[in-house]
Amino acid sequence: MANWLRSPSALLTVLVSRDRKAKLWVVIGLLFVLGAAGCSQSTAKTGGSSAKPQVIQNIGSDTMVNLAQAWAEEYQNVEPNVSVEVSGGGSGLGIAALINGTADIANSSRHIEPDEEAAVVAHSGSKPREFLVGFDALSIYVHKDNPITSISLEELHEIYAEGGKIDRWSQLGITNIPRARTDRIIRVSRQNNSGTYHYFREVVCGKKGDFKLGSLDMNGSKDVVELVSHTPGAIGYSGFGYNTKSVKMIPVARKKGEKAVLPSIETTLDKSYPISRPMFMYTPGEPPAHVRSYIDWILSPAGQKIVELTGYIPLNIAEDKK
Amino acid sequence: MTASQTDNLKRPRMARSMAAILGERTIELIIRICGVSAIVFVFGIFLFVLREGAPLIGKLDWTKVLFSQEWYPTSKGNVRYGVGALIVGTLSVTGLAMLFAVPFGIGAAVFVSEFSTGKVKETLKIVIEMLAAIPSIVWGFIGLSVMNRLIQQYLPAPVGLNLLNGAILLALMSVPIIVSIGEDALKAVPDSYREAAMAMGATRWQTVYRVLFPAARNGLLAAALLGVGRAIGETMAVLMATGHAVNIPKSIFDPIRTLTATIAAELGETAVGSDHYRMLFLIGVLLFSITFVVNLLADLAVRGVRKQ
Repeated sequence: MANWLRSPSALLTVLVSRDRKAKLWVVIGLLFVLGAAGCSQSTAKTGGSSAKPQVIQNIGSDTMVNLAQAWAEEYQNVEPNVSVEVSGGGSGLGIAALINGTADIANSSRHIEPDEEAAVVAHSGSKPREFLVGFDALSIYVHKDNPITSISLEELHEIYAEGGKIDRWSQLGITNIPRARTDRIIRVSRQNNSGTYHYFREVVCGKKGDFKLGSLDMNGSKDVVELVSHTPGAIGYSGFGYNTKSVKMIPVARKKGEKAVLPSIETTLDKSYPISRPMFMYTPGEPPAHVRSYIDWILSPAGQKIVELTGYIPLNIAEDKK
Repeated sequence: MTASQTDNLKRPRMARSMAAILGERTIELIIRICGVSAIVFVFGIFLFVLREGAPLIGKLDWTKVLFSQEWYPTSKGNVRYGVGALIVGTLSVTGLAMLFAVPFGIGAAVFVSEFSTGKVKETLKIVIEMLAAIPSIVWGFIGLSVMNRLIQQYLPAPVGLNLLNGAILLALMSVPIIVSIGEDALKAVPDSYREAAMAMGATRWQTVYRVLFPAARNGLLAAALLGVGRAIGETMAVLMATGHAVNIPKSIFDPIRTLTATIAAELGETAVGSDHYRMLFLIGVLLFSITFVVNLLADLAVRGVRKQ
């Protein structure tokens, strides 16, 4: 049973097989799982409503959605009367919700733009407040058998940006990737509306620059790492927290010849790692007491501990080590 | 039908109560609406899709859009909407899929219809129908996790998510359609043809390719074209298995991107009413036109069958 659940293809072979008993069990199992999911949802709802909770709407960045979810869950234990509802959709969507007044907190992995700020002022009458809640570092991943030891931003530009001249590993001096079958660099990227795509494009391809065509555009941070881990000739970028044993994170230098640094909490905080960005939360004007205490908790050591646990970079290591 | 006959048919109705007549009329009307609704929906959807995309039609340089491969819808410096590579991607993955699926599907149809009997035949038909019922996301998952590794390991492919991977999945998805329609086409060939061939001393294989294939030609063509229609419209599986790279493939191991996958990956997060949003709807119109042409061809082929 457990085996079937872990592997959908095994489940399928049971479903198409003529073993009626096995088939029956699979169907019963599926019904049970569906039923259980339905029940747990309904109990969660009734449990919340009995205590007359205050709800905080938290909308925005996909990069931050895992983190925001983890905060919201943990905060249930701290303050059971406040329930935080988290949804993703992108930084732009979060700020749009802030303007419309449908979000109490907008998550954003970029600064609010001046015209967006003006729209919030026009709508709510007060300036949006910005809270820096952590950092995200984008790591460069290659297959674990790739012998490359470091890369510079210029080389990344030549590999990824439109018009860039590096297409082959041999141009970087890498000739012995086991099982790669080709010298070609397999570029792994993200779909063109992801915040990570936009940020990487800005840093690597330039403010007005574009990516070179022909990269494999994955739909999630995890998918990038997954594909790189199976593809010896691949290079990809994804969040620092998505590192696994089957890929290799490579140190990045600002310029060729300069010291290359690996992404880490320390190198992000002292700004020596070149591809990292701040993560913000915005509220429309001065937040009400329950929202304020939620943000205070996020900025406290307890909240920042969760930043580290979910694979992002907390604000202050000194505070974190207490 | 003569006048007296229609009278006979109408007479019992006269005897019924007003309510019964009204009830029957209502049901008739509902059934009629159900029948017509398909047409309304098709046109409604087409018009809706076209309306969303229409404001952009005049603003685009269409030769560039259709033949350039530069797809940069979210560029900050230079927005370009070239769908050339996406069209080539769609056509190449569909073409390769049909290269696998048509011989395989027609072969299976011949086996089911001509060479198997009794329990074998029934089991085969049921299992093939089951193959058609597997959701495309499951196929995509197989492509992403199973085929990706197999292709990477056993074939000289630099990356496992590629044209071949997508084409194999699409082939597996369209085979059931080709088999069931192909089988119907073969079944429609009168038994007298088979008997005549046998009387002439033809072997079973000779009967199949000399007598049945020509006789069922249009039906088999329709089966293949409906398979094509299925493959062109498929989204989730190709999104997950082809690598989703804007690229004109030079070998079957190159990653590609299709029209459908582009819409699926990008529409969810574009601002409603933006040029990018409208462009995705225009891609929808393009796809709609391609599938319409394919289905029309299939329909004409089926009509050809009926005439025979």
